[in-house]
Amino acid sequence: MAKKLMKGCEAIAEAAIRAGCKFFFGYPITPQNDIPEHMAARLPQIGGCFLQAESEVAAINMVYGAAGAGARVMTSSSSCGISLKMEGITFIAGAELPCVIVNMMRGGPGLGSIQASQGDYFQATKGGGHGDYHMIVLAPASVQEASDIMQRAFDLADIYRTPVMLLADGIIGQMMEPVEFHEQESKRELPEKLWATTGWTPDSCRKRAVVNSLYITNEELDTLNQRLQSRYREIQKNEVTVEEYNTENAEFILCAYGTIARICKSAITLLAGEGVKAGLIRPITLWPFPSDTVKKAAEQESVKALLTVEISSGQMLEDVRLAVNGRKETAFLGRPGSYLPSAEEIAQTVLRMRRMHS
Amino acid sequence: MLEQNIFAGFGGQGVLLMGQLLAYAGMLEDKHVSWLPSYGPEMRGGTANCSVVISDRPVASPIVTKASSVVVMNRPSLDKFESFVQPGGTIFINSSIIDKKAERDDISAFYVECNKIAEELGNPKVANMVMLGAFIQKTGCVDFENVLKAILNKLGEQKANLIPLNREALKRGAACISQS
Repeated sequence: MAKKLMKGCEAIAEAAIRAGCKFFFGYPITPQNDIPEHMAARLPQIGGCFLQAESEVAAINMVYGAAGAGARVMTSSSSCGISLKMEGITFIAGAELPCVIVNMMRGGPGLGSIQASQGDYFQATKGGGHGDYHMIVLAPASVQEASDIMQRAFDLADIYRTPVMLLADGIIGQMMEPVEFHEQESKRELPEKLWATTGWTPDSCRKRAVVNSLYITNEELDTLNQRLQSRYREIQKNEVTVEEYNTENAEFILCAYGTIARICKSAITLLAGEGVKAGLIRPITLWPFPSDTVKKAAEQESVKALLTVEISSGQMLEDVRLAVNGRKETAFLGRPGSYLPSAEEIAQTVLRMRRMHS
Repeated sequence: MLEQNIFAGFGGQGVLLMGQLLAYAGMLEDKHVSWLPSYGPEMRGGTANCSVVISDRPVASPIVTKASSVVVMNRPSLDKFESFVQPGGTIFINSSIIDKKAERDDISAFYVECNKIAEELGNPKVANMVMLGAFIQKTGCVDFENVLKAILNKLGEQKANLIPLNREALKRGAACISQS
């Protein structure tokens, strides 16, 4: 199939449709409006339903309803809009329902700005809503990857009965790159949705399906949480994905995701020109976090220090530090408030670290 | 090959489109391309710009801070982006509405009377295509015919009648470079 030049947002929406998404409920917000725009045009063509809800809260609860009925459903928003959806997301996690949520991050806190940011890492990977739950969090770094990852997002949601979040900075959404839609036949074996509320009659041979997130007795809630935790362990065991670039025998290891990971690659080229071997670890799943990869890379004798780079004040940094566990220096470069560190700035930081270590 | 370009002007001059056409033409040539717009509340009537990277290797950073070429369609863009040009790089200045020269002497500057030429062609809207013609002629980073294919793709078959006008605009822009 021929390549198309598309914005990240458009590619995500188109890929979702090709992955079998039939329902989209959302509320507009910059910089992700191209997703609902594309969905509004395309979903009616394939017999699906696009609905602009009256608010983010309404939209996520529509997602809750459609997911409960067993549909492939998604919503998208940006930062402050995602905060509004958080109650719904924890209810969906509590009811063990699959859905996909796209967060095209903008600056925060509060209404913040509309420029790209990575300030929602904590919110996405450590909860966001209340209770002991996790979402699978996927972080693409190009328009092609954002498109390829959608099939996986929906499959993971179905397999593990969990909300899956695609977490990207606004640049991924607004940037145009060539994209090729591969014929997406799901390679994963998907469980039958016996829990879905598709209509029960007395002669149905299955149990009556009830979707709920209230487990009022201690025993019931404990059973749910044990089940969730064992599922999360399965996810951590099976679903970690990460790109390692140039890390073997590197002196310095950069850790970054999304757009910043690409700027880091430019910095690595600049550093090579200065005779410094630097590598990059780019988590593609932010939760589960690729702790083992970071740990192994950091343990190499050649490695002097790690530098985490983010468009935030240092959020993923904490997961890097947990993985490295004091074995090596773990420095940070980042700026909140939508400013992006440049490749030159990253390279300069590494050169400064190198002088400290020599 | 790694061409990192910035196109800048005010909203309505078609600077984002110029960048998109260039990226599309690059894609037709199987090059790696990225197009990144500035987006923000300033876009209505204010300044607009985009970064376009064309490379024979996968594009690392889509953000351009050291540009091989910068195209400026209005004065505020010249003031803002002249410093982004790499030493030895090129700046293209729309001299129809920018009365100032480039200040730096370590870059090459080309002055194209985009609006004047567009008006001579009978349609002031093609000022951006005049500039794009000059840009392609100088940088050679994509083929002229592929830019026309990109324009056709953008216009759609229904507006294919506008192709000759755009072709002429590109040619007139290119001629400004070959004559200078």
